[in-house]
Amino acid sequence: MTRQQRTPPAERPTHTPRTPTQLAINRFVRRPAAVAGLAVIVLFVAVAILAPLIAPYDPIATSWSAIRKTPSAAHWMGTDENGRDVFSRVLFGARASLLAGVVSVLIAAGIGVPAGLLAGFAGGWIDALLSRVVDAMLACPFLILAIALTAFLGPDLANAMIAIGVSTAPRFMRVARAATLEVGSADYIQAARSLGATGIRVAVRHIAPNIVPPVLVQASLSLAAAIIAEASLSFLGLGQQPPSPSWGSMLNAAQRFLTQAPWLAVFPGVAIFLCVLSFNLVGDGLRDALDPRGR
Amino acid sequence: MKLSSRIAQIVPTLILVSILVFCLQQLMPGDPALVLAGEERGDPKVLAQIREELWLDRSLPVQYLHWVSNVAQGNLGYSWRTRQPVSQLIEQKLPVTAQLGVMAFVIAILIGVPTGVVAAIKRNGPWDYVANAVGLAGLSMPNFWLGIMLILLISVHLGWLPPSGYVPLTQDVWQSLATTIMPAFVLGNAIAAILMRHTRSAMLSVLDQDYVRTARAKGLSETRVILHHALRNALIPVVTLGALELGTLLSGAVLTEQVFSIPGFGKMVVDAVFNRDYPVVQGVVLVTAFLFILLNLLADILYVLINPRLRRA
Repeated sequence: MTRQQRTPPAERPTHTPRTPTQLAINRFVRRPAAVAGLAVIVLFVAVAILAPLIAPYDPIATSWSAIRKTPSAAHWMGTDENGRDVFSRVLFGARASLLAGVVSVLIAAGIGVPAGLLAGFAGGWIDALLSRVVDAMLACPFLILAIALTAFLGPDLANAMIAIGVSTAPRFMRVARAATLEVGSADYIQAARSLGATGIRVAVRHIAPNIVPPVLVQASLSLAAAIIAEASLSFLGLGQQPPSPSWGSMLNAAQRFLTQAPWLAVFPGVAIFLCVLSFNLVGDGLRDALDPRGR
Repeated sequence: MKLSSRIAQIVPTLILVSILVFCLQQLMPGDPALVLAGEERGDPKVLAQIREELWLDRSLPVQYLHWVSNVAQGNLGYSWRTRQPVSQLIEQKLPVTAQLGVMAFVIAILIGVPTGVVAAIKRNGPWDYVANAVGLAGLSMPNFWLGIMLILLISVHLGWLPPSGYVPLTQDVWQSLATTIMPAFVLGNAIAAILMRHTRSAMLSVLDQDYVRTARAKGLSETRVILHHALRNALIPVVTLGALELGTLLSGAVLTEQVFSIPGFGKMVVDAVFNRDYPVVQGVVLVTAFLFILLNLLADILYVLINPRLRRA
């Protein structure tokens, strides 16, 4: 048998073996709907960050000479019942919605993922107890629990985020627990254990990184749900308080002027719809990209 | 799993739900006695009397046991605003939301199941894409906004239906349907989207099965294969979904009733929040959670009953 010749670096095949992350990114970018969703999200994030630079008017400055003006060149989306520019308020409203979405999902993941990891890893009575607590929380309808929490905490945007985050946490706990159980039975975990790794080391170094994909999918879909929840709470008067702009509270005010100023109800709703749709598209895309078996 | 053990399993969940709802009260800023005393808050005697009446002067575990024993006897406390028993208030409002919920569910099934079936049969075809796109749009649309847009179109512009209000079924059936059809559609919309997705995936997994091929090989018409053989089996998991979507329905009802000014369960909880009527808020959370647990149990039983493979000999 002749000794195999080493291939010089220049002649190596161009398609080197790819990491799972690269493969997932490749699968994601092959879905036009998910990519479009991501593009819209990037646009919304940019709008939220740059709102003070791109908004043509101060979103809370009232003008008694411009009350309920129809959309025009001066006011692209018209003005509201206090003469405020709707376009500027929609742009600034992206801040409240995205902030509420991100913060509440971080709270939910911050509570749910460690709890799920602990339940799945420890098993026994810890798992039984945590799972029952999750069952109890999931038995309360999401929005009703969030409304009740906001009611007792007091209505404002920060409390709405806490309420949405706490109400969403059980979903993360379930996902993290299921993923931990699945990963925990893998051979490499047994190998790590037999090499003498401590329980905490196995959980943090070996299991935690491997439950990221399902948690990421859950996060994306939860962001969509959290944005709707914030808009719902603000619509009910339990989230962002006036005069600060938020899409939900704008719709609440718009309801009183449906016959005189219908445009007030159209634009904030379109903004919520586009934003939520984009997160749902990205969530679906991520699920397909990260879990090829599910396709 | 045996029915008795399934029932035994819900007991700890019920206890935990009650602890959770009891704990809500502890989140309340300030002293409830001060809120209740109103203008007499300066009188220490009045405050002491209220604390004694509500057991607020006892330790937390004692307060919980007192509260939970009352709940077990159907006493959910009294509204701080109207002084009516909370259970009575819920009894009055629940039928309104139930009517809305049943109508919403019928609409959701009428839209969701056929579109799911068509999407599965025409897999990867234009109809599948359209159904998926409409489903995703339905999931992404806040239902209160859809409600406002429908009022704008159907009530304000076309004048076909009343924009708000509610007429009980017992009073006038047609008027009742006219006032509830739009909110029911709004409420059913999100569930239709979920049902569509589940029916589609259930049908896809069933259509690949051998017995469906056998049915086709026997020369049965495609309609009969789809409706009689495939759909019947595909619908089994969809049935349990019905119970799970009760939460979506009740959450949606809160907003829909607000938009259409329907005096139901959802509007009651929002009004209670603004009136700081905490016993009503607590009562609503407790009752909805209990309903959810009960319906889940019923769905599990139904699942076994309609699925012969799970039935014990």
